[in-house]
Amino acid sequence: MSTVAKRGGRSGHAGILAACLVYVGLLLVLPLIGIVWTALKPGFHIVTDTLSAPDVQHALLLTVQIAVITVAVTTFFGVIVAWVLVRQRFHGRSFLNALVDLPFALSPVTVGLACFVLFAPGGWLAPFFDARGIRINFALPSMVLVTIFICIPFTIREVVPVLEEIGVDEEDASRTLGASVWHTFRKVSLPNIRWAIAYGVALSTARSIGEIGAVLIVSGLIQGRTETATLYIFRATEERQTPQAYVVALLLAAISIVLLLAIEMFHHRQERAMSSG
Amino acid sequence: MTMSGAAQSIEGRGGFLGIPHRTAAALRHLALRGTAVVYLSLLVALPVAAVLTKGFGDGLDSFESAMARPGAWAAIRLTLWTSTIAAGINAVMGTMLAWVLVRYRFPARRLLSTIVDLPLAIPTLVTGLMILALYGPNSPIGRFFDDLGIRIVFTPIAIVIALCTVSLPLVVRSVQPVLQELDPAEEEAAATLGAGPRTTFRRIVFPAIRSAVVAGTLLTFSRSLGEIGSVILVSGNRTGKTLTAPVFIFQLTSQFRASEAAAVATLLFAISFVLVLVTTRILRTSGART
Repeated sequence: MSTVAKRGGRSGHAGILAACLVYVGLLLVLPLIGIVWTALKPGFHIVTDTLSAPDVQHALLLTVQIAVITVAVTTFFGVIVAWVLVRQRFHGRSFLNALVDLPFALSPVTVGLACFVLFAPGGWLAPFFDARGIRINFALPSMVLVTIFICIPFTIREVVPVLEEIGVDEEDASRTLGASVWHTFRKVSLPNIRWAIAYGVALSTARSIGEIGAVLIVSGLIQGRTETATLYIFRATEERQTPQAYVVALLLAAISIVLLLAIEMFHHRQERAMSSG
Repeated sequence: MTMSGAAQSIEGRGGFLGIPHRTAAALRHLALRGTAVVYLSLLVALPVAAVLTKGFGDGLDSFESAMARPGAWAAIRLTLWTSTIAAGINAVMGTMLAWVLVRYRFPARRLLSTIVDLPLAIPTLVTGLMILALYGPNSPIGRFFDDLGIRIVFTPIAIVIALCTVSLPLVVRSVQPVLQELDPAEEEAAATLGAGPRTTFRRIVFPAIRSAVVAGTLLTFSRSLGEIGSVILVSGNRTGKTLTAPVFIFQLTSQFRASEAAAVATLLFAISFVLVLVTTRILRTSGART
Protein backbone atom coordinates (compact mmCIF):
# COMPACT_ATOMS: atom_id res chain seq x y z
CA MET A 1 0.00 0.00 0.00
CA SER A 2 1.32 3.44 -0.88
CA THR A 3 2.14 6.12 1.63
CA VAL A 4 -0.87 8.09 0.41
CA ALA A 5 -3.15 5.37 1.60
CA LYS A 6 -1.40 5.28 4.98
CA ARG A 7 -1.60 9.02 5.48
CA GLY A 8 -5.17 9.25 4.24
CA GLY A 9 -6.42 7.54 7.34
CA ARG A 10 -7.44 3.91 7.31
CA SER A 11 -11.07 4.60 8.14
CA GLY A 12 -11.68 6.67 4.98
CA HIS A 13 -10.19 4.01 2.76
CA ALA A 14 -12.02 1.23 4.52
CA GLY A 15 -15.21 3.25 3.97
CA ILE A 16 -14.61 3.54 0.20
CA LEU A 17 -13.75 -0.14 -0.05
CA ALA A 18 -16.84 -1.09 1.96
CA ALA A 19 -19.09 1.10 -0.19
CA CYS A 20 -17.75 -0.57 -3.35
CA LEU A 21 -18.16 -4.07 -1.93
CA VAL A 22 -21.72 -3.35 -0.76
CA TYR A 23 -22.66 -1.86 -4.15
CA VAL A 24 -21.26 -4.80 -6.13
CA GLY A 25 -22.72 -7.20 -3.60
CA LEU A 26 -26.21 -5.74 -3.93
CA LEU A 27 -26.11 -5.44 -7.72
CA LEU A 28 -24.41 -8.69 -8.67
CA VAL A 29 -23.42 -11.13 -5.93
CA LEU A 30 -26.74 -11.31 -4.04
CA PRO A 31 -28.80 -11.51 -7.26
CA LEU A 32 -26.57 -14.35 -8.51
CA ILE A 33 -27.11 -16.22 -5.24
CA GLY A 34 -30.79 -15.38 -5.56
CA ILE A 35 -31.04 -17.00 -8.96
CA VAL A 36 -29.22 -20.16 -7.86
CA TRP A 37 -31.43 -20.43 -4.80
CA THR A 38 -34.66 -19.82 -6.71
CA ALA A 39 -33.75 -22.22 -9.50
CA LEU A 40 -32.81 -25.08 -7.19
CA LYS A 41 -35.47 -24.48 -4.51
CA PRO A 42 -37.94 -27.06 -5.93
CA GLY A 43 -35.20 -29.72 -5.79
CA PHE A 44 -32.60 -30.85 -8.27
CA HIS A 45 -35.14 -32.85 -10.32
CA ILE A 46 -36.39 -29.56 -11.76
CA VAL A 47 -33.07 -29.17 -13.60
CA THR A 48 -33.27 -32.54 -15.35
CA ASP A 49 -37.02 -32.12 -15.99
CA THR A 50 -36.55 -28.69 -17.57
CA LEU A 51 -33.52 -29.57 -19.64
CA SER A 52 -35.18 -32.67 -21.07
CA ALA A 53 -38.30 -30.78 -22.19
CA PRO A 54 -38.44 -30.65 -26.01
CA ASP A 55 -39.10 -26.90 -26.28
CA VAL A 56 -36.16 -26.14 -23.97
CA GLN A 57 -33.87 -28.38 -26.00
CA HIS A 58 -35.04 -26.77 -29.22
CA ALA A 59 -34.47 -23.30 -27.78
CA LEU A 60 -30.94 -24.18 -26.65
CA LEU A 61 -30.13 -25.73 -30.02
CA LEU A 62 -31.36 -22.60 -31.83
CA THR A 63 -29.24 -20.39 -29.57
CA VAL A 64 -26.17 -22.52 -30.31
CA GLN A 65 -26.85 -22.37 -34.08
CA ILE A 66 -27.19 -18.58 -34.03
CA ALA A 67 -24.07 -18.17 -31.89
CA VAL A 68 -21.93 -20.44 -34.11
CA ILE A 69 -22.95 -18.70 -37.36
CA THR A 70 -22.59 -15.24 -35.81
CA VAL A 71 -19.15 -15.89 -34.37
CA ALA A 72 -17.89 -17.48 -37.61
CA VAL A 73 -19.08 -14.53 -39.73
CA THR A 74 -18.02 -11.71 -37.38
CA THR A 75 -14.59 -13.26 -36.78
CA PHE A 76 -13.79 -13.90 -40.46
CA PHE A 77 -14.97 -10.53 -41.73
CA GLY A 78 -13.86 -8.78 -38.55
CA VAL A 79 -10.23 -9.70 -39.17
CA ILE A 80 -10.51 -8.47 -42.78
CA VAL A 81 -12.08 -5.16 -41.70
CA ALA A 82 -9.48 -4.66 -38.97
CA TRP A 83 -6.70 -5.38 -41.45
CA VAL A 84 -8.09 -2.93 -44.00
CA LEU A 85 -8.62 -0.23 -41.35
CA VAL A 86 -5.05 -0.51 -40.04
CA ARG A 87 -2.98 -1.38 -43.12
CA GLN A 88 -4.70 0.61 -45.85
CA ARG A 89 -5.21 4.34 -46.38
CA PHE A 90 -8.10 5.39 -48.61
CA HIS A 91 -10.95 7.86 -48.89
CA GLY A 92 -13.85 7.00 -46.63
CA ARG A 93 -11.68 5.12 -44.16
CA SER A 94 -12.86 7.18 -41.21
CA PHE A 95 -16.47 6.67 -42.31
CA LEU A 96 -15.87 2.91 -42.33
CA ASN A 97 -14.30 3.25 -38.90
CA ALA A 98 -17.41 5.06 -37.63
CA LEU A 99 -19.69 2.38 -39.11
CA VAL A 100 -17.89 -0.23 -36.98
CA ASP A 101 -18.87 1.61 -33.79
CA LEU A 102 -22.45 2.27 -34.85
CA PRO A 103 -23.85 -0.96 -33.31
CA PHE A 104 -22.63 0.30 -29.89
CA ALA A 105 -24.84 3.38 -30.20
CA LEU A 106 -27.99 1.55 -31.30
CA SER A 107 -30.57 -0.01 -29.06
CA PRO A 108 -31.00 -3.74 -29.80
CA VAL A 109 -34.66 -2.92 -30.33
CA THR A 110 -33.72 -0.52 -33.13
CA VAL A 111 -31.53 -3.18 -34.69
CA GLY A 112 -34.42 -5.64 -34.68
CA LEU A 113 -36.73 -3.00 -36.10
CA ALA A 114 -34.24 -2.20 -38.89
CA CYS A 115 -34.07 -5.83 -39.99
CA PHE A 116 -37.84 -6.15 -39.75
CA VAL A 117 -38.37 -3.04 -41.90
CA LEU A 118 -35.89 -4.19 -44.58
CA PHE A 119 -37.59 -7.54 -45.15
CA ALA A 120 -41.22 -6.72 -44.30
CA PRO A 121 -43.68 -6.25 -47.21
CA GLY A 122 -42.72 -2.97 -48.88
CA GLY A 123 -39.17 -3.16 -47.47
CA TRP A 124 -36.16 -2.53 -49.71
CA LEU A 125 -34.99 -6.14 -49.78
CA ALA A 126 -38.43 -7.77 -49.61
CA PRO A 127 -39.08 -8.10 -53.39
CA PHE A 128 -35.82 -10.00 -53.98
CA PHE A 129 -36.32 -12.56 -51.23
CA ASP A 130 -40.11 -12.86 -51.58
CA ALA A 131 -39.74 -13.67 -55.29
CA ARG A 132 -37.44 -16.55 -54.36
CA GLY A 133 -39.64 -17.72 -51.54
CA ILE A 134 -36.94 -17.18 -48.93
CA ARG A 135 -38.35 -16.33 -45.53
CA ILE A 136 -36.20 -13.88 -43.54
CA ASN A 137 -38.39 -12.29 -40.88
CA PHE A 138 -39.89 -14.58 -38.24
CA ALA A 139 -37.28 -17.19 -39.20
CA LEU A 140 -33.64 -18.09 -38.54
CA PRO A 141 -32.04 -15.72 -41.13
CA SER A 142 -33.32 -12.53 -39.51
CA MET A 143 -32.30 -13.74 -36.07
CA VAL A 144 -28.78 -14.46 -37.32
CA LEU A 145 -28.59 -11.09 -39.13
CA VAL A 146 -29.50 -9.00 -36.08
CA THR A 147 -27.10 -10.95 -33.86
CA ILE A 148 -24.28 -10.43 -36.37
CA PHE A 149 -25.06 -6.70 -36.45
CA ILE A 150 -24.77 -6.47 -32.67
CA CYS A 151 -21.54 -8.50 -32.52
CA ILE A 152 -19.73 -6.74 -35.39
CA PRO A 153 -17.61 -4.34 -33.27
CA PHE A 154 -16.18 -6.89 -30.81
CA THR A 155 -13.52 -8.69 -32.89
CA ILE A 156 -12.63 -5.57 -34.87
CA ARG A 157 -12.10 -3.40 -31.78
CA GLU A 158 -9.85 -6.08 -30.24
CA VAL A 159 -7.75 -6.78 -33.34
CA VAL A 160 -7.23 -3.17 -34.54
CA PRO A 161 -5.03 -1.96 -31.63
CA VAL A 162 -2.89 -5.11 -31.79
CA LEU A 163 -2.32 -4.74 -35.53
CA GLU A 164 -1.39 -1.09 -34.97
CA GLU A 165 1.00 -2.06 -32.18
CA ILE A 166 2.90 -4.81 -34.01
CA GLY A 167 3.52 -2.65 -37.08
CA VAL A 168 4.58 -3.98 -40.46
CA ASP A 169 8.28 -4.78 -39.96
CA GLU A 170 7.86 -8.51 -39.38
CA GLU A 171 5.38 -8.80 -42.23
CA ASP A 172 7.68 -6.93 -44.60
CA ALA A 173 10.64 -9.08 -43.59
CA SER A 174 8.67 -12.23 -44.29
CA ARG A 175 7.55 -10.93 -47.70
CA THR A 176 11.11 -9.84 -48.53
CA LEU A 177 12.29 -13.37 -47.83
CA GLY A 178 9.89 -14.55 -50.51
CA ALA A 179 6.93 -15.78 -48.43
CA SER A 180 3.53 -15.44 -50.05
CA VAL A 181 0.92 -13.04 -48.65
CA TRP A 182 -1.15 -15.91 -47.28
CA HIS A 183 1.88 -17.60 -45.74
CA THR A 184 2.95 -14.30 -44.16
CA PHE A 185 -0.50 -13.81 -42.71
CA ARG A 186 -0.65 -17.33 -41.29
CA LYS A 187 2.87 -17.48 -39.90
CA VAL A 188 3.56 -13.87 -38.90
CA SER A 189 0.38 -11.83 -38.43
CA LEU A 190 -2.00 -14.48 -37.12
CA PRO A 191 0.16 -15.59 -34.17
CA ASN A 192 0.34 -11.93 -33.11
CA ILE A 193 -3.39 -11.32 -33.17
CA ARG A 194 -4.58 -14.77 -32.05
CA TRP A 195 -5.34 -13.74 -28.44
CA ALA A 196 -7.20 -10.66 -29.61
CA ILE A 197 -9.25 -12.89 -31.93
CA ALA A 198 -9.91 -15.35 -29.10
CA TYR A 199 -11.04 -12.46 -26.91
CA GLY A 200 -13.37 -11.24 -29.65
CA VAL A 201 -14.76 -14.76 -30.16
CA ALA A 202 -15.52 -15.21 -26.45
CA LEU A 203 -17.13 -11.78 -26.19
CA SER A 204 -19.24 -12.33 -29.33
CA THR A 205 -20.30 -15.77 -28.12
CA ALA A 206 -21.44 -14.35 -24.77
CA ARG A 207 -23.26 -11.50 -26.49
CA SER A 208 -25.03 -13.67 -29.06
CA ILE A 209 -26.17 -16.17 -26.43
CA GLY A 210 -27.60 -13.34 -24.34
CA GLU A 211 -29.18 -11.30 -27.14
CA ILE A 212 -32.86 -10.58 -26.52
CA GLY A 213 -33.98 -7.10 -27.66
CA ALA A 214 -33.40 -7.59 -31.38
CA VAL A 215 -34.57 -11.20 -31.64
CA LEU A 216 -37.66 -10.28 -29.63
CA ILE A 217 -38.75 -8.21 -32.65
CA VAL A 218 -37.62 -10.26 -35.65
CA SER A 219 -38.34 -13.76 -34.34
CA GLY A 220 -42.10 -13.33 -34.16
CA LEU A 221 -41.95 -15.41 -30.94
CA ILE A 222 -43.10 -18.66 -32.53
CA GLN A 223 -42.89 -21.26 -29.79
CA GLY A 224 -40.89 -24.33 -30.78
CA ARG A 225 -39.70 -22.66 -34.02
CA THR A 226 -38.07 -19.28 -33.49
CA GLU A 227 -37.68 -19.44 -29.74
CA THR A 228 -34.10 -19.02 -28.51
CA ALA A 229 -33.01 -19.75 -24.94
CA THR A 230 -33.49 -16.12 -23.87
CA LEU A 231 -36.89 -15.95 -25.58
CA TYR A 232 -37.84 -19.17 -23.76
CA ILE A 233 -36.93 -17.55 -20.42
CA PHE A 234 -39.00 -14.50 -21.41
CA ARG A 235 -42.08 -16.57 -22.32
CA ALA A 236 -41.75 -18.91 -19.34
CA THR A 237 -41.57 -15.92 -16.97
CA GLU A 238 -44.57 -14.24 -18.58
CA GLU A 239 -46.52 -17.53 -18.37
CA ARG A 240 -45.50 -17.91 -14.72
CA GLN A 241 -43.54 -21.13 -15.36
CA THR A 242 -41.00 -19.57 -13.05
CA PRO A 243 -38.94 -22.63 -12.03
CA GLN A 244 -38.25 -23.58 -15.67
CA ALA A 245 -37.31 -19.98 -16.51
CA TYR A 246 -34.86 -19.89 -13.61
CA VAL A 247 -33.23 -23.20 -14.55
CA VAL A 248 -32.53 -22.05 -18.12
CA ALA A 249 -31.38 -18.64 -16.81
CA LEU A 250 -29.02 -20.39 -14.41
CA LEU A 251 -27.60 -22.45 -17.28
CA LEU A 252 -27.01 -19.30 -19.39
CA ALA A 253 -25.47 -17.51 -16.41
CA ALA A 254 -23.09 -20.44 -15.84
CA ILE A 255 -22.07 -20.46 -19.52
CA SER A 256 -21.47 -16.71 -19.49
CA ILE A 257 -19.33 -16.92 -16.35
CA VAL A 258 -17.15 -19.57 -18.03
CA LEU A 259 -16.88 -17.32 -21.10
CA LEU A 260 -15.98 -14.35 -18.90
CA LEU A 261 -13.16 -16.32 -17.27
CA ALA A 262 -11.94 -17.23 -20.77
CA ILE A 263 -12.15 -13.55 -21.76
CA GLU A 264 -10.03 -12.52 -18.78
CA MET A 265 -7.49 -15.21 -19.54
CA PHE A 266 -7.23 -14.14 -23.21
CA HIS A 267 -6.83 -10.56 -22.08
CA HIS A 268 -3.89 -11.44 -19.81
CA ARG A 269 -2.29 -13.55 -22.55
CA GLN A 270 -2.69 -10.66 -24.97
CA GLU A 271 -1.09 -8.18 -22.56
CA ARG A 272 1.76 -10.55 -21.83
CA ALA A 273 2.35 -11.16 -25.55
CA MET A 274 2.34 -7.42 -26.19
CA SER A 275 4.77 -6.59 -23.40
CA SER A 276 7.19 -9.40 -24.27
CA GLY A 277 7.05 -8.86 -28.04
CA MET B 1 -0.45 1.38 -48.21
CA THR B 2 2.53 0.13 -46.28
CA MET B 3 4.87 -2.00 -48.29
CA SER B 4 8.59 -1.56 -47.87
CA GLY B 5 10.88 -0.94 -50.83
CA ALA B 6 12.44 -4.37 -50.53
CA ALA B 7 9.09 -6.10 -50.71
CA GLN B 8 8.11 -4.00 -53.69
CA SER B 9 11.20 -4.99 -55.65
CA ILE B 10 9.97 -8.58 -55.42
CA GLU B 11 6.52 -7.43 -56.47
CA GLY B 12 8.15 -6.18 -59.67
CA ARG B 13 8.95 -9.62 -61.10
CA GLY B 14 6.28 -11.34 -63.24
CA GLY B 15 3.79 -13.38 -61.27
CA PHE B 16 0.58 -15.30 -60.88
CA LEU B 17 -1.55 -15.83 -64.03
CA GLY B 18 0.71 -13.49 -65.94
CA ILE B 19 -0.35 -10.58 -63.78
CA PRO B 20 2.69 -8.67 -62.57
CA HIS B 21 3.13 -8.93 -58.79
CA ARG B 22 2.59 -5.21 -58.31
CA THR B 23 -0.83 -5.40 -60.01
CA ALA B 24 -1.71 -8.57 -58.13
CA ALA B 25 -0.90 -6.86 -54.85
CA ALA B 26 -3.05 -3.87 -55.78
CA LEU B 27 -5.91 -6.16 -56.75
CA ARG B 28 -5.59 -8.03 -53.48
CA HIS B 29 -5.73 -4.79 -51.53
CA LEU B 30 -8.79 -3.72 -53.49
CA ALA B 31 -10.49 -7.07 -52.95
CA LEU B 32 -9.95 -6.91 -49.17
CA ARG B 33 -11.09 -3.30 -49.02
CA GLY B 34 -14.14 -4.11 -51.15
CA THR B 35 -15.05 -7.01 -48.84
CA ALA B 36 -14.80 -4.76 -45.78
CA VAL B 37 -16.87 -2.00 -47.39
CA VAL B 38 -19.59 -4.35 -48.66
CA TYR B 39 -19.75 -6.21 -45.31
CA LEU B 40 -20.22 -3.05 -43.25
CA SER B 41 -22.50 -1.33 -45.79
CA LEU B 42 -24.88 -4.29 -46.11
CA LEU B 43 -24.97 -5.24 -42.45
CA VAL B 44 -24.72 -1.86 -40.72
CA ALA B 45 -25.35 1.11 -43.01
CA LEU B 46 -28.29 -0.35 -44.96
CA PRO B 47 -30.44 -1.36 -41.93
CA VAL B 48 -29.78 1.98 -40.24
CA ALA B 49 -30.74 3.86 -43.42
CA ALA B 50 -33.89 1.73 -43.64
CA VAL B 51 -35.00 2.73 -40.13
CA LEU B 52 -34.32 6.43 -40.74
CA THR B 53 -36.27 6.35 -44.01
CA LYS B 54 -39.12 4.40 -42.49
CA GLY B 55 -39.43 6.79 -39.57
CA PHE B 56 -38.98 10.09 -41.36
CA GLY B 57 -39.63 9.22 -45.03
CA ASP B 58 -42.99 11.04 -44.85
CA GLY B 59 -41.68 13.96 -42.85
CA LEU B 60 -42.85 14.15 -39.27
CA ASP B 61 -46.16 12.31 -39.80
CA SER B 62 -45.07 8.96 -38.28
CA PHE B 63 -43.33 10.73 -35.44
CA GLU B 64 -46.41 12.80 -34.61
CA SER B 65 -48.78 9.84 -34.74
CA ALA B 66 -46.41 7.80 -32.56
CA MET B 67 -46.22 10.62 -30.04
CA ALA B 68 -50.02 11.00 -30.05
CA ARG B 69 -50.34 7.49 -28.63
CA PRO B 70 -51.08 7.25 -24.93
CA GLY B 71 -47.96 7.03 -22.82
CA ALA B 72 -45.53 7.89 -25.62
CA TRP B 73 -44.04 11.01 -24.06
CA ALA B 74 -44.19 9.40 -20.63
CA ALA B 75 -42.12 6.48 -21.98
CA ILE B 76 -39.46 8.79 -23.40
CA ARG B 77 -39.38 10.89 -20.21
CA LEU B 78 -39.11 7.73 -18.07
CA THR B 79 -36.23 6.38 -20.16
CA LEU B 80 -34.41 9.73 -20.03
CA TRP B 81 -34.65 10.23 -16.26
CA THR B 82 -33.95 6.64 -15.22
CA SER B 83 -30.92 6.61 -17.57
CA THR B 84 -29.72 9.91 -16.09
CA ILE B 85 -29.95 8.58 -12.52
CA ALA B 86 -28.24 5.30 -13.46
CA ALA B 87 -25.46 7.19 -15.24
CA GLY B 88 -25.03 9.48 -12.21
CA ILE B 89 -24.85 6.60 -9.73
CA ASN B 90 -22.40 4.64 -11.86
CA ALA B 91 -20.26 7.73 -12.48
CA VAL B 92 -19.61 7.91 -8.72
CA MET B 93 -19.56 4.20 -7.91
CA GLY B 94 -17.65 3.29 -11.10
CA THR B 95 -14.93 5.83 -10.34
CA MET B 96 -14.68 4.56 -6.77
CA LEU B 97 -14.49 0.96 -7.97
CA ALA B 98 -11.76 1.81 -10.49
CA TRP B 99 -9.85 3.57 -7.71
CA VAL B 100 -10.20 0.63 -5.36
CA LEU B 101 -9.15 -1.85 -8.05
CA VAL B 102 -6.06 0.15 -9.05
CA ARG B 103 -4.79 1.60 -5.76
CA TYR B 104 -5.84 -0.85 -3.05
CA ARG B 105 -4.35 -4.24 -2.35
CA PHE B 106 -6.73 -6.56 -0.58
CA PRO B 107 -7.70 -10.23 -0.72
CA ALA B 108 -10.15 -11.08 -3.50
CA ARG B 109 -9.19 -8.01 -5.56
CA ARG B 110 -8.98 -10.19 -8.69
CA LEU B 111 -12.36 -11.69 -7.81
CA LEU B 112 -13.90 -8.22 -7.47
CA SER B 113 -12.43 -7.25 -10.84
CA THR B 114 -13.99 -10.32 -12.47
CA ILE B 115 -17.37 -9.70 -10.81
CA VAL B 116 -17.40 -6.12 -12.11
CA ASP B 117 -17.08 -7.52 -15.65
CA LEU B 118 -19.94 -10.00 -15.19
CA PRO B 119 -22.56 -7.77 -16.85
CA LEU B 120 -20.50 -7.89 -20.07
CA ALA B 121 -21.15 -11.61 -20.28
CA ILE B 122 -24.39 -12.38 -18.45
CA PRO B 123 -27.49 -12.16 -20.66
CA THR B 124 -29.38 -8.97 -19.79
CA LEU B 125 -32.64 -10.89 -19.48
CA VAL B 126 -30.98 -13.10 -16.85
CA THR B 127 -29.96 -9.92 -15.01
CA GLY B 128 -33.62 -8.92 -15.01
CA LEU B 129 -34.61 -12.32 -13.68
CA MET B 130 -31.97 -12.05 -10.94
CA ILE B 131 -33.50 -8.74 -9.81
CA LEU B 132 -36.93 -10.35 -9.86
CA ALA B 133 -35.64 -13.24 -7.73
CA LEU B 134 -33.91 -10.99 -5.21
CA TYR B 135 -36.28 -8.05 -4.85
CA GLY B 136 -39.55 -9.63 -6.03
CA PRO B 137 -42.57 -10.09 -3.76
CA ASN B 138 -41.66 -13.76 -3.16
CA SER B 139 -38.21 -13.07 -1.74
CA PRO B 140 -37.32 -12.15 1.86
CA ILE B 141 -35.75 -8.84 0.74
CA GLY B 142 -38.79 -7.98 -1.38
CA ARG B 143 -41.12 -8.73 1.56
CA PHE B 144 -38.92 -6.64 3.88
CA PHE B 145 -39.26 -3.60 1.62
CA ASP B 146 -42.96 -4.30 1.07
CA ASP B 147 -43.47 -4.08 4.84
CA LEU B 148 -41.75 -0.70 4.78
CA GLY B 149 -44.21 0.34 2.07
CA ILE B 150 -41.54 0.43 -0.64
CA ARG B 151 -42.27 -1.49 -3.80
CA ILE B 152 -39.14 -2.29 -5.83
CA VAL B 153 -40.12 -4.52 -8.73
CA PHE B 154 -42.59 -3.16 -11.31
CA THR B 155 -41.59 0.40 -10.35
CA PRO B 156 -38.92 2.81 -11.69
CA ILE B 157 -36.67 1.71 -8.78
CA ALA B 158 -36.27 -1.70 -10.43
CA ILE B 159 -35.57 -0.01 -13.77
CA VAL B 160 -32.75 2.04 -12.23
CA ILE B 161 -31.31 -1.06 -10.49
CA ALA B 162 -31.38 -2.95 -13.80
CA LEU B 163 -29.69 -0.11 -15.69
CA CYS B 164 -27.02 0.30 -12.99
CA THR B 165 -26.27 -3.43 -13.10
CA VAL B 166 -25.94 -3.89 -16.87
CA SER B 167 -23.82 -0.75 -17.30
CA LEU B 168 -21.61 -1.23 -14.23
CA PRO B 169 -18.39 -2.11 -16.14
CA LEU B 170 -18.51 0.91 -18.47
CA VAL B 171 -17.25 3.68 -16.15
CA VAL B 172 -14.89 1.31 -14.33
CA ARG B 173 -13.23 0.11 -17.54
CA SER B 174 -13.02 3.65 -18.88
CA VAL B 175 -11.36 5.12 -15.76
CA GLN B 176 -9.18 2.17 -14.73
CA PRO B 177 -6.51 2.38 -17.48
CA VAL B 178 -6.08 6.14 -16.90
CA LEU B 179 -5.63 5.61 -13.16
CA GLN B 180 -3.09 2.87 -13.86
CA GLU B 181 -1.00 5.31 -15.92
CA LEU B 182 -1.17 7.96 -13.21
CA ASP B 183 2.00 8.08 -11.14
CA PRO B 184 1.21 7.67 -7.41
CA ALA B 185 4.27 9.87 -6.71
CA GLU B 186 2.19 13.00 -7.46
CA GLU B 187 -0.43 11.94 -4.95
CA GLU B 188 2.28 11.11 -2.42
CA ALA B 189 3.90 14.52 -2.95
CA ALA B 190 0.54 16.23 -2.36
CA ALA B 191 0.05 14.18 0.80
CA THR B 192 3.58 14.99 1.99
CA LEU B 193 2.83 18.67 1.50
CA GLY B 194 -0.06 18.26 3.91
CA ALA B 195 -3.01 17.79 1.56
CA GLY B 196 -5.76 15.55 2.90
CA PRO B 197 -7.09 12.67 0.82
CA ARG B 198 -10.04 14.76 -0.34
CA THR B 199 -7.85 17.64 -1.51
CA THR B 200 -5.45 15.21 -3.17
CA PHE B 201 -8.31 13.61 -5.04
CA ARG B 202 -9.84 16.95 -6.09
CA ARG B 203 -6.61 18.65 -7.14
CA ILE B 204 -4.42 15.80 -8.40
CA VAL B 205 -6.42 12.72 -9.32
CA PHE B 206 -9.72 14.08 -10.60
CA PRO B 207 -8.26 16.46 -13.24
CA ALA B 208 -6.39 13.50 -14.72
CA ILE B 209 -9.35 11.14 -14.92
CA ARG B 210 -12.06 13.73 -15.64
CA SER B 211 -12.44 13.01 -19.35
CA ALA B 212 -12.42 9.25 -18.75
CA VAL B 213 -15.19 9.64 -16.16
CA VAL B 214 -17.24 11.79 -18.54
CA ALA B 215 -16.72 9.35 -21.42
CA GLY B 216 -17.71 6.37 -19.28
CA THR B 217 -20.76 8.19 -17.94
CA LEU B 218 -21.97 9.13 -21.42
CA LEU B 219 -21.50 5.53 -22.55
CA THR B 220 -23.55 4.41 -19.55
CA PHE B 221 -26.31 6.87 -20.40
CA SER B 222 -26.33 5.90 -24.08
CA ARG B 223 -26.38 2.20 -23.21
CA SER B 224 -29.23 2.76 -20.72
CA LEU B 225 -31.37 4.60 -23.29
CA GLY B 226 -31.57 1.47 -25.43
CA GLU B 227 -31.65 -1.19 -22.73
CA ILE B 228 -34.54 -3.64 -22.91
CA GLY B 229 -33.50 -7.14 -21.80
CA SER B 230 -32.93 -6.40 -18.13
CA VAL B 231 -35.83 -3.94 -17.92
CA ILE B 232 -38.71 -5.71 -19.66
CA LEU B 233 -39.26 -8.30 -16.90
CA VAL B 234 -38.85 -6.03 -13.88
CA SER B 235 -40.57 -2.80 -14.96
CA GLY B 236 -44.11 -4.13 -15.26
CA ASN B 237 -44.54 -2.18 -18.53
CA ARG B 238 -47.58 -0.19 -17.43
CA THR B 239 -48.46 2.39 -20.07
CA GLY B 240 -47.77 5.92 -18.85
CA LYS B 241 -46.15 4.66 -15.65
CA THR B 242 -43.38 2.09 -16.06
CA LEU B 243 -43.26 1.63 -19.84
CA THR B 244 -39.79 2.56 -21.14
CA ALA B 245 -39.08 3.83 -24.66
CA PRO B 246 -37.41 0.61 -25.94
CA VAL B 247 -40.33 -1.49 -24.68
CA PHE B 248 -42.69 1.05 -26.29
CA ILE B 249 -40.84 0.55 -29.62
CA PHE B 250 -41.17 -3.22 -29.19
CA GLN B 251 -44.92 -2.89 -28.56
CA LEU B 252 -45.41 -0.65 -31.61
CA THR B 253 -43.56 -3.15 -33.79
CA SER B 254 -45.62 -6.08 -32.57
CA GLN B 255 -48.73 -4.09 -33.51
CA PHE B 256 -47.19 -3.71 -37.01
CA ARG B 257 -46.84 0.06 -36.57
CA ALA B 258 -43.31 -0.11 -37.96
CA SER B 259 -43.06 3.50 -39.15
CA GLU B 260 -44.17 4.87 -35.77
CA ALA B 261 -41.71 2.52 -34.05
CA ALA B 262 -39.00 3.71 -36.44
CA ALA B 263 -39.70 7.36 -35.64
CA VAL B 264 -39.33 6.78 -31.88
CA ALA B 265 -36.25 4.59 -32.48
CA THR B 266 -34.69 7.37 -34.58
CA LEU B 267 -35.24 9.88 -31.77
CA LEU B 268 -33.50 7.54 -29.28
CA PHE B 269 -30.73 6.85 -31.77
CA ALA B 270 -30.19 10.57 -32.41
CA ILE B 271 -29.72 11.25 -28.69
CA SER B 272 -27.43 8.24 -28.32
CA PHE B 273 -25.44 9.01 -31.49
CA VAL B 274 -24.73 12.61 -30.48
CA LEU B 275 -23.51 11.31 -27.12
CA VAL B 276 -21.19 8.75 -28.71
CA LEU B 277 -19.79 11.47 -31.00
CA VAL B 278 -19.13 13.64 -27.95
CA THR B 279 -17.55 10.66 -26.18
CA THR B 280 -15.11 9.86 -28.97
CA ARG B 281 -14.21 13.54 -29.23
CA ILE B 282 -13.46 13.65 -25.49
CA LEU B 283 -11.49 10.40 -25.63
CA ARG B 284 -9.45 11.74 -28.53
CA THR B 285 -8.55 15.04 -26.85
CA SER B 286 -7.66 13.26 -23.61
CA GLY B 287 -5.57 10.78 -25.58
CA ALA B 288 -3.76 13.68 -27.28
CA ARG B 289 -2.93 15.23 -23.94
CA THR B 290 -1.26 12.19 -22.40
